[in-house]
Amino acid sequence: MNSPPPLQTHAVWLRLSHWLNALAFLILLASGWRIYNATAFFGFHIPRDLTLGGWLGGALLWHFAAMWLLAANGLAYLLVNLFSGRLRRRFLPVEPAALLGDLRDALTGRLAHADPGHYNQVQRLAYLFAMVDLLVLVLSGLVLWKSVQFPLLRALLGGYEAARRVHFVAMAGGTLFLLVHVAMTLLFPRTLLAMVRGR
Amino acid sequence: MPADRPSSPLLLAADDRQALLRASARSLTSPLRRRLLGGALSLGGLAMLSGCSITDSQSAEDLLRAISRLNDEAQARLFDPARLAPVYTEAEVARPFPFNAYYGIDQIRRVDDRNWRLELSGMIEHKQAWTLADLAALPQQDQITRHICVEGWSAIGRWGGVRFSDFLRRIGADLTARYVGFRCFDDYYTSIDMATALHPQTLLALSFDGRPLPAEFGHPVKLRMPTKLGYKNPKYLAEIFVSNVYPGGYWEDQGYNWFGGS
Repeated sequence: MNSPPPLQTHAVWLRLSHWLNALAFLILLASGWRIYNATAFFGFHIPRDLTLGGWLGGALLWHFAAMWLLAANGLAYLLVNLFSGRLRRRFLPVEPAALLGDLRDALTGRLAHADPGHYNQVQRLAYLFAMVDLLVLVLSGLVLWKSVQFPLLRALLGGYEAARRVHFVAMAGGTLFLLVHVAMTLLFPRTLLAMVRGR
Repeated sequence: MPADRPSSPLLLAADDRQALLRASARSLTSPLRRRLLGGALSLGGLAMLSGCSITDSQSAEDLLRAISRLNDEAQARLFDPARLAPVYTEAEVARPFPFNAYYGIDQIRRVDDRNWRLELSGMIEHKQAWTLADLAALPQQDQITRHICVEGWSAIGRWGGVRFSDFLRRIGADLTARYVGFRCFDDYYTSIDMATALHPQTLLALSFDGRPLPAEFGHPVKLRMPTKLGYKNPKYLAEIFVSNVYPGGYWEDQGYNWFGGS
């Protein structure tokens, strides 16, 4: 009578890391929008109700608290993935021909999600993008936070003012990922369940 | 010094502000609290995910302020007393240079140079006040550096004046003290760590862009530090003191990070 329990695809450390990352990213996003509004250098304001912190000082308190969570959790995630071989196993390779095939299948609703333990090419690219995007956010954030103290990083990003734009564009990229990511979990709720209960 | 400063309650006199803060310390409806959490998009999710009573905004604020103090510590460790902020060319200077204060440009305080004195107090050996002429007679140096505002914008400016470490040594300041504090005649006040006070690019600035410091930029004397954000660079100096007691600051007391390094 007893069927074996479904295989766990999302280990506890992975789920913990995912939700800590989600928490940190949302706080950084909403407080970052409030900080952006203080100068609004692209000429538009983010609606106040979408922002966190109430005023610039409050937003900065949130931002410079959540940055530690995002950076520490992200670093742990990357180290585990690098040294366990998981990064190579689950996210590589990404091949242009296979990617185009999977993308076409995805857009025509024929892409298989049968095995939640296996990422298709589109998923691989999306998750790799998210990793690189968060890395760029952290590095450009370091230049904005302490531009004098990170001269090499500052030079690599083209100076303080360029780093502001890089930080904003990386934020926009991360937001785009978030929107697509959430939309996909609504289309395939089983993936959300897996990230909550592990299978 | 942001234009979107907090509204009314926190613009009261310092005593009133302290009383207000104390009175509202246990209240969930305090304006400070609401402001800190305002537009609380993520708070529902935050409380759900964290499992702790983060909806109690008192504990959220306490936590955030505690982390801000840890960030002071982190910045003090990151701060390299020998690392210089980048310098720029004459052609890169922003003209006009932006005005910024906790009040509008029409409320600039002006002072008669002949009556102005820089008072000294605290852990300083020679406490006699300085006139503008006294300061102008000291060796001067120029710097073209980037001024970074907490609001995000930045502007390159050219300041000239007395290297602050030279001045501190000349007045016999206790260089082992923790803080150097500043009181300004526009009622602004702030304080910095001794390591930054002794940084080679920290200037007691008397000039801007080759002319005596204009009224909007802090005439007659301001402190210029390219290693700290704008709100840490006090204008309209009236008094300098050296202390081991944390002096806080106008914006810092309202929630801006105290170290404010850049």
